[in-house]
This record gives sequence, structure tokens and C-alpha cells, in this order.
Amino acid sequence: MKTIEELNAIREKAKADMTVREDNAEVIRVVVGMATCGIAAGARPVLTGFIEEVARRKLTNIAVSQTGCIGMCQYEPIVEVIEQGKEKVTYVRMTAERVARIVNDHLVNGNIVTEFTVGAIAK
Amino acid sequence: MRELSLNILDIAQNAVSAAATLVAIDIIEDTEKGEMLVQISDNGKGMTPAQTKKAADPFYTTRITRKVGMGIPLFKMAAEMTGGSFSLISKMNTGTKITALFKTQSVDFPPLGDMGSTVATLIAMNTHMDFKYRHEVDTKEFILHTPDLKQMLGEVPLSDPTVFEWIKEYIIEQTLAIKTEGSDDTPAQDNSNERND
Repeated sequence: MKTIEELNAIREKAKADMTVREDNAEVIRVVVGMATCGIAAGARPVLTGFIEEVARRKLTNIAVSQTGCIGMCQYEPIVEVIEQGKEKVTYVRMTAERVARIVNDHLVNGNIVTEFTVGAIAK
Repeated sequence: MRELSLNILDIAQNAVSAAATLVAIDIIEDTEKGEMLVQISDNGKGMTPAQTKKAADPFYTTRITRKVGMGIPLFKMAAEMTGGSFSLISKMNTGTKITALFKTQSVDFPPLGDMGSTVATLIAMNTHMDFKYRHEVDTKEFILHTPDLKQMLGEVPLSDPTVFEWIKEYIIEQTLAIKTEGSDDTPAQDNSNERND
């Protein structure tokens, strides 16, 4: 069973990781739409998928956050990737299965997964 | 929504938008009566009596990106479909309380689902707020209260991925423990050591 005391160990470990993170100026923001439309379409496993994949790969320069309704409810779950100095990339009809590919190809290696973007669908 | 935990996540997001600093989520199950009560209350800005009246109307919304607001209507419908009931009480500058009663024997009763993911997501995405999650099944219960976690974690934010995993797993384990029938030596007690309340 997990106990609240375990958080002490997590604290010690996270403190060590945080000092590493401070050197990383370039943060990539991953924003998941979490309004009713997003949640109903399956945004929660997408959001948790990003958090878990980022943790698993120990990526310190990625911040996962949420937003409300983006206004394209029919394309939910929607994920936006925002990087300083680059155009925003919008992924649509996201699934938990697609998360690992986007983390690997886009967030780590810088190659946008074009087939999952809004541009590939809205034709 | 496929499971109640998704409705709960959605409804709790309203509290976030209402600038609440504390959100309490209570789930109270009475297996003998076949009832589950879900209550989400916040200390946010609340609604006017007119807004409160219209909140369960799908064609009323405060958002500007589209003309419908489905969160509360969907949750209300989910409860009423089981033969249960729904209530919404709100007071300006005080907060909002939403209560839904489900009849668990109904064929339309949706599973509660993954509350671990719902609570971990709410906490990680809103670290500036406090959450109190309580799940009671008959005589057993457990409570997760973010001020306790913050005290243990110090400068480490609740959005830390390891903390996220811990919260999720903790809730899954504790839920299982209170649902286990029989003897009281099942360690279902909450984290009440080291607390000073």
C-alpha cells in the first residue's frame, strides 16, 4: 500500500531533478483541451498519457497543461504544442495510443507528425 | 460520458473557472440502499439565482466559443436516468454545491470509473488550488487532502509527474481497500497520522 510518507522520498528525488530542470531554458508546452467536449471525446487518457510518457522518458523541458474549449469540438481531443519562436501545432482527434509517437517524433526529435494535425483533416 | 469519473472531472473544472480556492469531492456509497451520492462543492464566485436556474439548460452557457453548455445537463441526466436525483445550490461570492444521487441497481447506472486519473489530473493541473477528495463505502472511508500532500512535498509542485503517479495509484489502492468486504483489519484508514487538525 502507498503511504503519504512516501512523498518524502519523492520530494528528495524531485529536488535533485529540479536543479537539472532550471538549466533548461527552452520549454515546450503541451496544452490539452479539457472542456466538456474534450473530456467526453477522451481527453483525460491523452492528458495522463502525456504526463506519464514525459515522466517515463525523464523529459525535463516539457510542461503539460490544460485549457478550455478551443472551439472545434468535432475534432476533440485536441492537443496544442507551443514552442518559443515556432508556429503552434494543433493535433486533433487524439488518442492515448498517438501520444508516444508525438512525444518521440515531435517533442524529442522535432519532427511534426503531420498526419495527426488539424491541417491533415480539414480538407 | 462513459464513466462518472469523467462527469466529475468536467463538473470540477467549473469550480476552477469560478476562481475557487478549494474544491471538495465526496462520494458516498450505501450498498444496502443501493445508492451512490456524488457531491462537488467549491468556494468560488457562485452564480446568481437566474444563472443557477439556467445552469441545467443545455442551451445556456457562459462561454463564447459555442452556444451550448453540456457539462451540468449531462451529469443531471446521468443521475436522473438511474431513478436518482440532482440538485444545484449556488450563492454569489460563497460557492456552488452540486449533488447527484444515483441508484446503483439501475441498468443505466454508469460505472464510477477511474477516479485516480480524475483526481490526479485535477490536482496536477490546478496546483494553486486545494482539493479534498473523500470516498465512503458504508462504514469505511478514505480522504485525500492536498494541504497534507503539500506539507510533505515542500517546494516540489503537485504537478510533478512522480507525484501525479503517486496520487493516481494511491486512490486506486485506497478505493480497492474500502470496497473490500469483511474484516476491519483491512488497512482502509486514511492518512490521518502526522496531521494537526
